[in-house]
This record gives sequence, structure tokens and C-alpha cells, in this order.
Amino acid sequence: MDLVTPDLGLLFWTGIVFCSLLFLLAKFAWKPILTAVNERGESIAEALELAEKTRDEMRALKAENDQILKQAKAERDEILKEAKEIAVSMVESAKNKSKVESQKIVDSARDSIRSEKAAAMAELKTHVAALSLEIAEKVIRTELSSDEKQKALANNLASDINMN
Amino acid sequence: MKKAILYFGIALLFSLSSIAVLASDGESQGHEEKEFNVSEMIMHHVKDAHEWHLWGPEHGGTTIYLPVILITEDGIKTFSSSHFYEGELIHDNENHYIKGAGAAEGFGMFHEKIYELDRHGKLHFENGHVHGNLKPYDFSITKNVTSLIIGSFLVFIIMFSCARFYKNHGSVAPKGIAKFMEPIIVFIQDDIAKANINEKKYKKFVPYLLTIFFFIWINNLLGLIPIFPGSANLTGNITITLFLASLTLILTLVNGNKNYWSHIFSPPGVPKALLPIMIPIEIVGIFTKPFALMIRLFANITAGHIVILALISLIFINKHVAWGALSVPMALFISVLELLVAALQAYLFALLSALFIGAAVEEAHH
Repeated sequence: MDLVTPDLGLLFWTGIVFCSLLFLLAKFAWKPILTAVNERGESIAEALELAEKTRDEMRALKAENDQILKQAKAERDEILKEAKEIAVSMVESAKNKSKVESQKIVDSARDSIRSEKAAAMAELKTHVAALSLEIAEKVIRTELSSDEKQKALANNLASDINMN
Repeated sequence: MKKAILYFGIALLFSLSSIAVLASDGESQGHEEKEFNVSEMIMHHVKDAHEWHLWGPEHGGTTIYLPVILITEDGIKTFSSSHFYEGELIHDNENHYIKGAGAAEGFGMFHEKIYELDRHGKLHFENGHVHGNLKPYDFSITKNVTSLIIGSFLVFIIMFSCARFYKNHGSVAPKGIAKFMEPIIVFIQDDIAKANINEKKYKKFVPYLLTIFFFIWINNLLGLIPIFPGSANLTGNITITLFLASLTLILTLVNGNKNYWSHIFSPPGVPKALLPIMIPIEIVGIFTKPFALMIRLFANITAGHIVILALISLIFINKHVAWGALSVPMALFISVLELLVAALQAYLFALLSALFIGAAVEEAHH
């Protein structure tokens, strides 16, 4: 029974000691400890929040960058494509032009060759005619150099007429 | 692994030193050719005393005599308890009491309780209890009071050095003792106070819950040390648990809001006809909760002490040292278990206090 009977003296001392312990700890221990711990907790939470926010911002920035890069690439492709098309068309038109030009040159060359040829032929003809007249004159001169030959020719001619 | 061996060694040392302490009792009783009385020995160790016995025989061994403070009809009397322990042992049939000498003249001590002797210098007994003698108020610095002061001082020193760390280093990651204590402090703040008490009001109760937790825990641990400055069964003393439970009760009553009292005097959803039954039940309920707190801590700690003492007593009951092979490992096992119980009971006391306070300050939500 002694074991479960509260003792007045011990109760008195417990009251004094525990209450002063509570007071001293609250003032000199719990307050600074909890303040420090909670402050640290808050600052960590804040830092985490900031990191999260920064990460989000970075993500947004990156997305924006990607978008811009994508656009730039698309633009570049467009420009390249256009340039290629232009180049091809330019080459094409240049080719066409040169073809026409060369055709023209060939044509004019052909024309001039033809006219030169005609001129040369005409000249040749007159030359040949003059030469043949000269030759004929010389031949006649030799043929008619003697009487005999004149006679033979006359005969020859006469025979020709006879035959007709 | 090395650490485990070290801890095991320390625990074993504690068990052995408790044997040494008990062995001295056994010896002293052996000299008097008296039968070894287990329950008497255990009760003697579990209860409060006016001396702090260190080693040697019960009478005449090495002991710290603590001051006795008595409030009698003639005023306050203070003297050393040596005047009792070195006084004359009187045998009155089955009852043995000590007659004070010197400054303790006129007082007798029976089972650590001090009474005034009658005109003939005697105590009167009836059915094994003192009857008819005046009992002065005993405000002595007993073994438990000394242990209480040591334990409280220890708690204060530990926590003060934690606080000093933060003061010197600011809000940084803790080192040293603060590193060990901070998780516990944060746990009590967040998982005991914040989790059970209204979010807006919990802050006010955190210092109380922290103090009660560390006070109980450290004193539980001190009680497990078999020699000075431990060994007092402080938290297993009904007076201490009564005081702590009363504090929780007072906090509940003082902070109880309208919602709390309305649940007691007009429980919602209860027919009017049942109120004459319900109200007394609810009022009793106010007191049963802290009463359970008081009994739980008292019974757990005292039971732990009794079990360890009983296991060690096996050696003295059987009067052969070989029994140590059985009783020492068992006592060691219980000692280690008690380390867990020491923390668990402190946690439970703080948790349940927080629950009761939380119920008292809860806002209506229906």
C-alpha cells in the first residue's frame, strides 16, 4: 500500500523542481532551439521553393529557346529551298538563253557560209569561164596555126554538119 | 560490430554491478542469520529512502546520508539522516523500527516513514502499521528528491548546451549533442504536438511536452543505472507520476474551450433523457484519462525494476553463484528491454498528454 500512496514531501519538491525546470528550459533551451530549428526549416523551404521556381523558369526558357531554334531552322530550310529553286531556274534560263544564242550564231554562221559559198562559186564560175576562153583561144590559135590544120578543122566542122 | 560488443559490455557491467549491490544486502542479512526476504528487499529498493545506499551491508555500509526536514508542531527540524541510520534498532514483535539519536531524538523511523515517539519513547503498532503516534510532515531531501534534482540538472545541462550550439552557430546543421537531440525535439514538435493539437494553438504546449518527455526519459534511464547517481526509482514513484499527470489534467481543464465543455455537459446526439447518466460518465472521463497516465508510467517503470531485482534475487534465493548463469543473461535482457521502455513510456506520456490537450482545444467542426 505504501507503494501507491503519494508522499506530500516528494510532491512538494517535485513541484518546485519540475516547475523551475520547465521555466528554465522554456526560457533558455526550447525557445532558442526551436527558433533556430524552425528558422532553418523555413529557410530550407524557401530555398527549395526558389529552386523549384528557377527550375520552372529554366524549363520555360528552354522551351522558348527550342521554339526559336525550331523556327530558325524552318526559316533556314525555307531560304535554302528558295535559293536552290532560284539557282535551278537561273541555270535553266541561262541554258535556254545560251541555246537560243548558240542556235542564232550557228544559223548566222550557216547563212554567211552559204552566201560566201555562193559568192565563191560565182567567182569561180567567172574565173573558169575566163580560163576556158583563154584556153579555147590558145587551142584555136594552135589549131589554126597552119593551113593544113585550118583545113582539117574546117573539114571536121563540115563533117559534123553533114552528120546533122 | 565493435560498438555492439562495447554496448553489450556496458550492459553486462550494469547487470553485474546490480548484483554487487544486492550481494551486499545478501551478505548483511546472512550475518544476521536471517532468511533472505525477496519481497522485502525488492520493496526496499523500489521505494524511497532517507539515505542513498552505495555499497556494503545495509547498516554500517557506505552510504550517503541525506538531510531530513520535518515540520512538527514545534516548528521545522532539520538534521542528517545518519541520526536514524546509526540509531538504535528496536524490535517490537514482528515490527522493527529505528529510534532516532542525537538531533533525531524523539523521532522513530518505520519503513522509511518518520513518526514522533510517544512519552515512553516508543512506537505503537496495530496490524503491522503504526497507530497512535503523531506523524510530522516529512519534507526531507530523500533519495528520490536527490535523484529528481540530479535528473533535472542533467536535462537542463543537455538542453542548455544544445541551445548554446544554436546561439553560437546560428541556424545551421547541428553538430555534437545538438545533432542527437534535434531530431527528437523536432519529432516532438511536429509529430506529437502539431499532429494532435490544433494547428494554431499547438505552439503554446510544445515547451511543456518537450520538458515532460525529456524529464521522464532521462529519469527513466537514470533509474536503470544500478549505482549512484542512478538507481532511484523516481519515475516509478506514484508521487512523481501523480504530479505529471496532474499537470496534464490542469492544462486540459484550463485550456478547455466551449466545444470541449459542451461535449461534456451536452454530448451531441444524446437524447435528453440519457443526460443524467452521460454527464457523470463524462465528468469521470475527465479524470480517468490522466489517472491512466499516472498508473501507466508508475506501473511500467516499477515493474521493470521489480523484474530485474527478482531475476537477480534468484542467486540469493538459491544461495549458489551458478544461478548467475541464468539470472544474469535474463536480467541483461530485461535491462535492454527497459532501455526501450524508458523511451517508449516517455513518448507515450507526451503523446497522450498532447492528445488530451488537443481534445480540449479542438474547435467545433460540425
